[in-house]
Amino acid sequence: MSDHRSILSASCPMPKLDFEIITMGHGSGGLLTHKLLDAGVFDLLSNEFLDKQHDGAIVDVSAGKMAFTTDSYVVSPIFFPGGNIGELAINGTVNDLCMCGAKAEFISLSFIIEEGLPVKDFWEILIHIKQACDLAGVKVVTGDTKVVERGKGDKIFINTSGIGKVLPDASIDLDRVKPGDKVIISNDIAKHGIAIMSVREGLEFESDIVSDTCHFNAIVPELISRFGEDIHFLRDATRGGLSTILNEVAQSLNKGITIHQKAITVDESVSGACELLGLDPLYVANEGVFVAFVKNSIADHVVDKIRAWKNGSHAAVIGEVTERHPGQVVLHSEIGGRRVVNMLLGEQLPRIC
Amino acid sequence: MKYLSEYRNPELVKKYLDEIRQACTRPWMIMEVCGGQTHSIVKNGLLQLLPEEITMVHGPGCPVCVTPMHLIDKAVYLALKEKVILCSFGDMLRVPGSTDSLLEAKSKGADVRILYSPLEAVKLARENPDKQVVFFAVGFETTAPANALSVIHAHRESLKNYAILASHVLVPPAIDAVMNDEMVKIQGFLAAGHVCTIMGIREYQPLVDKYKVPIVVTGFEPVDILHGILMVVKQLEKGEFKLENQYARVVRPEGNPDAIKVIEEVFEITDREWRGVGNIPLSGYQVKAKYSEFDANIKFSIKMPKVEENPECIAGQVLKGIKKPHECPQFGKGCTPERPLGAPMVSSEGACAAYYHFSKISGQLTEV
Repeated sequence: MSDHRSILSASCPMPKLDFEIITMGHGSGGLLTHKLLDAGVFDLLSNEFLDKQHDGAIVDVSAGKMAFTTDSYVVSPIFFPGGNIGELAINGTVNDLCMCGAKAEFISLSFIIEEGLPVKDFWEILIHIKQACDLAGVKVVTGDTKVVERGKGDKIFINTSGIGKVLPDASIDLDRVKPGDKVIISNDIAKHGIAIMSVREGLEFESDIVSDTCHFNAIVPELISRFGEDIHFLRDATRGGLSTILNEVAQSLNKGITIHQKAITVDESVSGACELLGLDPLYVANEGVFVAFVKNSIADHVVDKIRAWKNGSHAAVIGEVTERHPGQVVLHSEIGGRRVVNMLLGEQLPRIC
Repeated sequence: MKYLSEYRNPELVKKYLDEIRQACTRPWMIMEVCGGQTHSIVKNGLLQLLPEEITMVHGPGCPVCVTPMHLIDKAVYLALKEKVILCSFGDMLRVPGSTDSLLEAKSKGADVRILYSPLEAVKLARENPDKQVVFFAVGFETTAPANALSVIHAHRESLKNYAILASHVLVPPAIDAVMNDEMVKIQGFLAAGHVCTIMGIREYQPLVDKYKVPIVVTGFEPVDILHGILMVVKQLEKGEFKLENQYARVVRPEGNPDAIKVIEEVFEITDREWRGVGNIPLSGYQVKAKYSEFDANIKFSIKMPKVEENPECIAGQVLKGIKKPHECPQFGKGCTPERPLGAPMVSSEGACAAYYHFSKISGQLTEV
């Protein structure tokens, strides 16, 4: 983990509790639940809405379009190089709202904890949730905690929902993607999936690859305010990686997408790990990369803008939407060959040789 | 990534393509034996770059594709047994058995683990003394030393809860079987570089002599493959047949004697059934009697009924290059990567899957 995170951990010492692991009792709603939540969740994530400790949150929203999303996080292991399940849950939901052309504002946070989870792990997750919220400028306004018997979960699952105001100039809609649109990727790919693989039981390998998890709650509003409706569509390239997102778009629209391998950056260590593991980086998950479909004439300007962002140094135009090969994504390889890039079929399985 | 990027160099690719075009005066049919080569050909889009005269046949060198169905059934049966941890290389999991794949067994509660090294399975056995750990030892000669080594380690540690389900296959007998078929029209071979890294190249000379075909031991990067094709074409055009080694930066003529020693310690050669091809004499490895306590077949005395392959699947003819995948009536209809009838449609290295993905654009190549 990076230095500032260690500093954060040190500046938020774990409250003194008379238990070290989470048990069924902590999900009972009784005294133990209160002990856990008061000392942990409520203090740490305190804001005027959550402090009410009501069954739900009553928040002010201005008139206009709102975006609403939900997602569940079941990543294993829960701690991985560059992050943990907590910040993933906040960034993921924030980013889903951003992909609607919205600025995320309010988040709900629900835990399903398997009994036996060390309280110190829960605390570590909470402080990263707090940090992710602060960085993205969002508030956790309501939540829930349940505990399940050992063996009925996997340490901790998190569900987050979020709402955010759709930006006034945004017009993000799949139907607005047209042949001639440029396809832009916001950064290099495949870091998150490989970071997870590097610590997964039975596959551990030494590497300096860290997850790319980050929020888009600043860059997307910036892009929308600058380029407005010329940004036609946005998707984050999470599960299934870049190729899955592109295939979804190509198939939904029944248009072709052509991409150029040499425009897509893969970090050298990530690429090496993919070679060794027999994985294709195009199918590996990202948590800090989005794809933008934009009007041809603004593409280079969009890339410049994303490159100026700290998580977008490898942003690039990687391809275009075309009337040719409808429903298919065709990759032009670095050596000049072409191949169809298919939708991932189930889980990506490592090859033997 | 040095040592790889120079073999993906677009200028070198162009140079070799130009040389192949210049060397080629008539049609030639060449088989790349190894699934890894097929994968590279498809991934890099090499087929469209080659001149029309060259027909590449994707050979039987995909271990996932040729592992017989009853062995998958055995693995599934073991995986579903209580207190068994079944370990496998990743891409075996989706291969259909007669009822289930290992992936389906996993969803039914079987403890199936994807590993990269059989030594990890030995570690699992050490850490789980109350469980039986079985490694599904699939592959060609390339993976045999590591699988054999796992048995040697388990033996040395006197582990009583480790065994392998061996399904090793050997390349030279497969080439022999392919060429023995009168219907086969293959004129040259790219032999599998990594197999030869272990075994050396000498066992291919008798095949060159017997069938009078060029065999070029070839690597896996686009430049390697095109260089290998060029070497085969040059021989064919001159009417020569020789054993050559394109992959000399990795493959020594004698192979890796230490690895061979490990293989010979644990395995002996046996007849083996190849999915889609049938029985090939002396074409596989089985665990020697002295290590029988580590042979899952013996340890669990498994007797599975032999199941017939789907008669509509023409995998055997495809793997021998007699028919192209798209000439199969079921191709893309009754048989797709989502619902494969036969194994070559399962793996990304499989001949049918390779064609399936490619052929979807083949009709529009000029437009793409």
